[in-house]
Amino acid sequence: MTGFLKVAWLVLRKDLRVESRSREMLSTTIFFAVSCVLVFSFGFVRGGRVVDGAVAGILWIAISFSGTLALARAFERERYHNVLGGLMLAPVHRPAIYLGKLLGLLLLLGIVEVVVVAMVAFLFQASLFQHFWRLLAILALGTIGFASVGTLFSAMLVRVKNRAVLLPVLLYPVTIPVLIMGVSGTAALLQPEPNLAMVQLWISLLFFFDTVFLTLALWTFEPVMTE
Amino acid sequence: MNRITFPILVAAALLVFVTAPFVIVWAPYESTMGLVQKIFYFHFPSWMAMFLSIFILGIASVIYLFRRTPRADGVAVSAAELAVVFGLMGLITGPLWGVKAWGVWWQWDARLTMAVILELILVAYLLLRRYGGPGSDRLAAGLGIFGMANVPFLYVSTELWRTVHPRTSVVPTLPIDFGVPLWWSFAGFMVLCLALLFVRSRLEEQRMRLERLYLTLEEE
Repeated sequence: MTGFLKVAWLVLRKDLRVESRSREMLSTTIFFAVSCVLVFSFGFVRGGRVVDGAVAGILWIAISFSGTLALARAFERERYHNVLGGLMLAPVHRPAIYLGKLLGLLLLLGIVEVVVVAMVAFLFQASLFQHFWRLLAILALGTIGFASVGTLFSAMLVRVKNRAVLLPVLLYPVTIPVLIMGVSGTAALLQPEPNLAMVQLWISLLFFFDTVFLTLALWTFEPVMTE
Repeated sequence: MNRITFPILVAAALLVFVTAPFVIVWAPYESTMGLVQKIFYFHFPSWMAMFLSIFILGIASVIYLFRRTPRADGVAVSAAELAVVFGLMGLITGPLWGVKAWGVWWQWDARLTMAVILELILVAYLLLRRYGGPGSDRLAAGLGIFGMANVPFLYVSTELWRTVHPRTSVVPTLPIDFGVPLWWSFAGFMVLCLALLFVRSRLEEQRMRLERLYLTLEEE
């Protein structure tokens, strides 16, 4: 088990080091998320006020769109110089490689979410921080669900042509349930009278989905990736 | 036409061709829904046929992913195509019923939403098969497994969320006059689904064989 976590940590550290030198993914993803929020606010602001219930949707659409952008490039560095082949040849647990990549993406999306949530709270006067821990749980669980499927699909698409088009085509239908739960949970929190029982239900459903998706992804990563 | 497919096709023909002109016509007229109620004899079986196809797709995907048997891949493609067709039938017959029962064609209800998502996943699967190029078969198998994993959520969704869609538990409690045509139609759809699956996966197998032959010919 320690070996498993160590491999995941090594993959994560490699990604962090490459990213800390170029900051390419972080800066472009944050910029894209911010412009997403702005574009949607032009669509949903009427007479100086945001349309009722639109805030949760704007938040999650920005997260999922920028998440797709990040996922599309998650394995881009591995494509060159046959890095992926090298990783797969290493005598380690393959799912550990997946876990390392997933953790890197979660970290990246976490930073993006901090920016997006702050921006949404600032621009739309949304009381996002009233139930901070619940919001954190919804965001974390939703992101894990989205990224766990996304990392697997992104890895699988490395060897496929048309990968830029196919990633969103495959990813959105499979992750819509997670997004519905995220949006509904956040919307229940943002009501004038937050419906906490409903929030609890969505959080447990998200947890259930995450468990299923993450297990499936860890289980199928090895057979999908080996030639 | 081999020895397995022929009897299945005959059985499917006998069951399905009798369904509409005799069994459904003989079924009694339902008082509140009227003629529209007869859609039910196609609506419910087509969803069940879709679930059967998705189940086969999932199992075939698992087998292909872990055993690498090309035959399982052929079965998976055929099952996905059938699931899209039967799902479309369900999505077309559903609003026809809905406009009479609810007064609107569509409701953003848990079960309807999940049905659309499932159909989307299957169409995505076919898009991947069509445009993915070489190497997309294993990715498609992964997607097939994720598609199957979504089904329980769809089925449980009516129990978890409040919904306007009638519960599936009404089906076994139907009066016998409605029940007999329904189960007849159900059996017909199931056999039709399996018959199409056999024929289509045989076609896929032969397509793969032809492809291999072409490749060998080019190499020589």
